Amino acid sequence: MKPAVLTGEHFMTGDVACAEGALAAGCLFFGGYPITPATEIAEHMASRLPDVCGTFVQMEDEIAAMASILGASCAGVKSMTATSGPGFSLIMENLGLGICTETPCVVVNVQRAGPSTGLPTLGAQGDMMQARWGSHGHYEIIALAPASPQELFYTTITAFNLSETYRIPVLVMTDEVTGHLSERVVIPEAGAIKLRHRPAPKGRKDRFKAFQPGPNGVAPMAIAGDGYGIHVTGLTHDERGYPGMNVETQIEMMHRLTQKIRNNLDDIIRTESYRLEDAEIVIVSYGISARSSLAAVDEARAQGIKAGLFRLITVWPFPEQQIQKLAEKVRGFVTVEINLGQIHLEVQRCAGSRVPAVLVGHPGGAVITPEQIVDTLKTAF
Amino acid sequence: MKYWRVPLDSNDIAVSRGMVVIVEERCKGCGYCIAFCPRNVLELSPRYNVKGYHPPLVKKPDDCVNCHYCETICPDFAIYSLEIPGD
Amino acid sequence: MEKNKIRSDHPLDAMLRTDRIPHIWCPGCGIGTAFSACMVAMQASGINLDKTVMVSGIGCSGRGAGYTRLDSYHTTHGRAIPFASGMKLANPELNVVVFSGDGDLFAIGGNHFIHAARRNMDITVICVNNLIYGMTGGQAAATTPCLAKTTTTPLGNPDPPFSLPLLAFASGATYVARWTILHTRDLTKSIEEALNRRGFSFIEVLAPCPTGYGRKNKERSLDTLKIYQERTVIKNGAHPMDAVMDFGNSITLGKFVDHDRPTFSDNYDRTCRPHFA
Repeated sequence: MKPAVLTGEHFMTGDVACAEGALAAGCLFFGGYPITPATEIAEHMASRLPDVCGTFVQMEDEIAAMASILGASCAGVKSMTATSGPGFSLIMENLGLGICTETPCVVVNVQRAGPSTGLPTLGAQGDMMQARWGSHGHYEIIALAPASPQELFYTTITAFNLSETYRIPVLVMTDEVTGHLSERVVIPEAGAIKLRHRPAPKGRKDRFKAFQPGPNGVAPMAIAGDGYGIHVTGLTHDERGYPGMNVETQIEMMHRLTQKIRNNLDDIIRTESYRLEDAEIVIVSYGISARSSLAAVDEARAQGIKAGLFRLITVWPFPEQQIQKLAEKVRGFVTVEINLGQIHLEVQRCAGSRVPAVLVGHPGGAVITPEQIVDTLKTAF
Repeated sequence: MKYWRVPLDSNDIAVSRGMVVIVEERCKGCGYCIAFCPRNVLELSPRYNVKGYHPPLVKKPDDCVNCHYCETICPDFAIYSLEIPGD
Repeated sequence: MEKNKIRSDHPLDAMLRTDRIPHIWCPGCGIGTAFSACMVAMQASGINLDKTVMVSGIGCSGRGAGYTRLDSYHTTHGRAIPFASGMKLANPELNVVVFSGDGDLFAIGGNHFIHAARRNMDITVICVNNLIYGMTGGQAAATTPCLAKTTTTPLGNPDPPFSLPLLAFASGATYVARWTILHTRDLTKSIEEALNRRGFSFIEVLAPCPTGYGRKNKERSLDTLKIYQERTVIKNGAHPMDAVMDFGNSITLGKFVDHDRPTFSDNYDRTCRPHFA
């Protein structure tokens, strides 16, 4: 039997690193359904969860998988599922339930090329807008995009931490290439991993209001069986959790659901800058495309173009203030992503009319090469 | 009710007595308690409750045997019976 | 809270969110009776109510979770069972009860039902079967009798319905019963029995929907209850195959299945986690 945290140096795929990150974060429940290229996460969790007395259950579909992890979380256990394109579409229904009921959990999407069945074995980044708006209604979401197996390990821990802190499902938006890439992954000592836990209720149980926000805008969470007698519903509800079929309750609930994210952007948004100090052209990228972009920056610099990389680790909420600030001092933006322009729309919006923003995109199935990016840097501005 | 035989110990068995309590404001007037009371204790009241329904009325209070059937068939938690202690 | 002012010492008040009563169910709707039986059974069963959770899906019956003072979860349409499964597996100490309707559990949620039964997930599922989608205004369900009129089958339902006990049995449920809301004592006893046993327990409760079903089919709620009174036959131990439901002729009620087999957790512990046993 192995411990939850496999301290040491490993050579592992991104999918396995993701699963190990979940275990290191204290995940004890995985509801899964096989789908290429995310299956390895489920397989690894199936073999590893029993080590830590956790539970793996292969559900009948991704709808059930998502419902099961919400149930597990409401019963007090950190929970996760992992999927890809078609499964991500099925998850959307209960993702909305998780958002509305403020239930922490982590959903990993190892993106493949779509639409529909698409290219199951080849990577893409085409679900970024689905991650933002895929479930119905207006809401805030947290989505992270790691760029390597090592980062998948840490990002999965971060995803759990943010989901616990803000009582929200957090999406890890990786891709087939990162998921199947084998690299060196260093796992630290268990004590070096900082874990966060959902805020616990205090005070009299009979006066507890299940959705009354605390100081940071997040309501303490009562667990099923703790004796609080809470009611949790996907209907529009008030601070007691009672349904309120009227506009006032909707406005109040939406305020709670959105402000807890919007008022904590400093804690949620993680980005990385590379050679940005004197950059005239800024590449905005994330995930596997950011690695091509990194090489492109060096190559462009060698050819005399002052390029830099602004890498999104948190994709949603979008770091708009940072991009807007950059727009004040640079000549242009290049968005690099394996779709035909999704995050690019956000970059364009934030760049406004001040500076041009161009896209280096791809319909999916291949990684964008540094050469393609350098070519655009040379010709577009 | 018709019995095809009288139990041999029927004289020794004390029949429980009950008192029906009606939470009129909760009643939606479905009439289940009236229709299915085994002793026909209830009838429809001509009065309206606050929601505009006719609640039941205890017509034969002495006939209630505290079987709780009205309490269990009521979909609205609007009626129940209490035992009247025997003497 | 205006509603709080209703004076009541109803024996079930301790189990109810009385500030939410009156509930949304129509006059003559049977869901309240089924719900009441469930509350009485929970009280009588002796299970720890602090560790008891009610999970509902969507629809009229799905509103059940909102009226109990227990920890209660009103989930998405059809998904109560997988949500409940996650809860039970995360904390096996919980008694998890799913209270929902026929449309929710057997059309949109049908796949989840059969798989939870197959796994013998240790939960109790109470299905109020009113033969119709009530909340949306009376559309045909997977349980609507052949030729019955609904808003989506205005000329009569061309489809045959599921036999829920047979489906539950075939899927692997280890406790299967069918009652009507008229049979309050049997129903309550059955729920109590289900709460106190391990494994996937399923109880179908026939209930009138005077608004959605009755109006279209010229059947007032008291007429429906008269059918329950006159045409039901209790056959405990009958094979689910013989549990007929012909409203013009005969409806079989009773406890059809009650046997033990290892639950999902039993099997998982034995196969995957023997070191923690």
